[in-house]
Amino acid sequence: MNTLTGYLRQAGTAVRFLLFATLVLGVAYHLAVFGAGQLIAPYQANGSIIKDSAGAPAASALIAQTSANDAGAQDPRWFHARPSAVKWDPASSSASNLGPNDPKLLDAVTTNRSAVAAAEGISALDVPAEAVTSSGSGLDPDISPAYARLQIPRVAAAQHLSAGTVISLVNKHTTGGLAAFLGQPSVNVTALNVDLAAAAPSK
Amino acid sequence: MTFNSASFVVQVAALLIVLAALHKPLGIYLARVFEGTASSRPERLFYRLAGIDAGTEQAWSVYLRSVLAFSAVSILAVFVLQRLQGLLPGSGSLPGVDPWIAMNTAISFVTNTNWQTYVPETTVGIFVQMTLLAVQNFLSAAVGIVIVVALIRGIARTRTQRLGNFWVDLARTSFRILLPIAFVAAVVMILGGVVQNFWATDVNNHAAGISQTIPGGPVASQEAIKILGTNGGGYFNANSAHPFENPNALISLFEVFLLLLIPSALPYAFGRMVGDQRQGYTVAAVMGTLWLASISLMGWAVASGQGTATAAAGGLGEGFEQRFGPVPSAIFATSTTLTSTGAVNAAHDSLPPLAGGVAMVNMMLGEVAPGGTGSGLYGLLILSIISVFIAGLMVGRTPEYLGKKIGPTEMKLAAMYILVTPALVLALAGITVLLPDAMANAPATGPHQFSEVLYAFTSASNNNGSAFGGITTSGPYFSVMMGLAMLLGRFLPIVLVLALAGSLARQGKVPASAGTVPTHGPLFGGLLLGVTVILTALSYFPALTLGPLAEGLLK
Repeated sequence: MNTLTGYLRQAGTAVRFLLFATLVLGVAYHLAVFGAGQLIAPYQANGSIIKDSAGAPAASALIAQTSANDAGAQDPRWFHARPSAVKWDPASSSASNLGPNDPKLLDAVTTNRSAVAAAEGISALDVPAEAVTSSGSGLDPDISPAYARLQIPRVAAAQHLSAGTVISLVNKHTTGGLAAFLGQPSVNVTALNVDLAAAAPSK
Repeated sequence: MTFNSASFVVQVAALLIVLAALHKPLGIYLARVFEGTASSRPERLFYRLAGIDAGTEQAWSVYLRSVLAFSAVSILAVFVLQRLQGLLPGSGSLPGVDPWIAMNTAISFVTNTNWQTYVPETTVGIFVQMTLLAVQNFLSAAVGIVIVVALIRGIARTRTQRLGNFWVDLARTSFRILLPIAFVAAVVMILGGVVQNFWATDVNNHAAGISQTIPGGPVASQEAIKILGTNGGGYFNANSAHPFENPNALISLFEVFLLLLIPSALPYAFGRMVGDQRQGYTVAAVMGTLWLASISLMGWAVASGQGTATAAAGGLGEGFEQRFGPVPSAIFATSTTLTSTGAVNAAHDSLPPLAGGVAMVNMMLGEVAPGGTGSGLYGLLILSIISVFIAGLMVGRTPEYLGKKIGPTEMKLAAMYILVTPALVLALAGITVLLPDAMANAPATGPHQFSEVLYAFTSASNNNGSAFGGITTSGPYFSVMMGLAMLLGRFLPIVLVLALAGSLARQGKVPASAGTVPTHGPLFGGLLLGVTVILTALSYFPALTLGPLAEGLLK
């Protein structure tokens, strides 16, 4: 009986502790971080939204965008992002979660490889690994510089731009420096395509 | 994707240097918080509102009762409020959370596991994220820390019942340690690109000619405490692989630093509180050695790029983010499983088989290198007591630890502690593989299917929370079994640690004699390391051979 009243008294303290701690840790803390973010780095805090040539929001620089239509066919005028387990839908995020020896993954990789080879008109042997594998988030905006280079001739032709123009856009969106050393050199497809839309003579 | 060894070595060295530089100042600060008696004005107001008498100290049984009452109330509150989500503000059109998922999630966040059987994007709104999940991220981390503080007091104090006041310890740890560091970390993350707002943004995707909705939310504030408190439950389903939680390789390295920060400073605080800094250094050296060995093994296993599908892809890529690649992912995978974090920046299920195996072994070690906030240190202190006992057997003396006799009571408590998690992992994984209906939730075949189940129960019982994501655990069977693993894996050890703390505190100090085994220096460090590794190997080797070893070695 003593133990029971002891527990009940403790539970009463627990309820009050939780309630008032929630006001600090569950409300005030988040609002303080929100305020600090809006004050010192509103661009990042609001999702790194980049604008098109008309000044309208076109993308988040951090989130993949696809050029695929409903049937899944990629548009040759744009740079293509990596395969996605969630069809590049930012309302969700996931990897395939298939094991490294999974036959389903083997099939997917093989299919992707021939699709990329056909789209770029190159040998299947020249397709880089990240072009045929789905990312950890399904929203990966980046590809390797090698995969970007493979796509330049196709994009330049389809957009009626010179290869030089497209190359300079690719270079502009290639991550170098410390981030590339710690991680990998990457080309941001989302930001690249937004710039490409501004540069392209025809829509 | 290729494994850049230079980048790997530089990042590992950078982490070691920065943590080594910070562990002393932070350790001193932690010890001051735990040993201080003065309360600030806001703290006194908080104590009055919560009905806490800050001046009284508790015996171990009362301290335990407070821990259990607080955790029970927290689980109930998180469960009920998730069920009522549809009625709560800031939840959009999301309905109440499914009862099995709500129960599993409540247990998961209160036990510092943060296993996510729910899909955040489609299950929980801003209200649940902020006021339930983020709050438990703070408080469950603080509970782990106060338990080790009570144990250290039990070791340091003599002939007393008093171990401190749970409520005061919990409040101080939350408000003086976790809150300020989390705030600074959240701001750093925002500067790096992590989102912190309360709205979604519609954008016009020119490439597909369609509009796209970019999600928002209080992500940076959640991410900071999720990592700092070694919690690991992501704001988004993809966790720290999601670009909004972890936008670049610099932030990824910062997150690894942050999840190692408090666990690696606690040994210094321990040394200071027991009045012998060498004790803290020995424990820290064992943690550091294990971390370094494990991260090297992980780097090697990831770089191997093993797997038929990986070979067909022409290399690593599946489950990795391009901006990270294999190096940051190997560093993250090791550090998240050697602590009780469980956040991931790459899909562990798609790692080469032996790399997945290293992640499992890390958790099986009991997450002691440096471990979860608090739980890592109390795990290693229990292993120190086991080591002292084994050394005592060799020299034929009654074992002592820091002036306290390790008698039959203490040994029984320590022995039960090290049996709890292996028993849970092996029994629950064993039962599950015998049930075809349960196994249907893991569609992989062969040893990989077993690995997914073994990983799940290892993660839950050790309160890690990372997953081989190929397994679906949202149904009733896994919700209940995983919930059981998380509850027992968290609270049975806590009961045993507090009982041990109480029993040590009652004793007087035995002066060290010629027969006392010193618990500092390389000899004892080596013994502790050996005991930790051998106990793990004896418990888990057979299970590992059926999963990751079979898949990794037989190909």
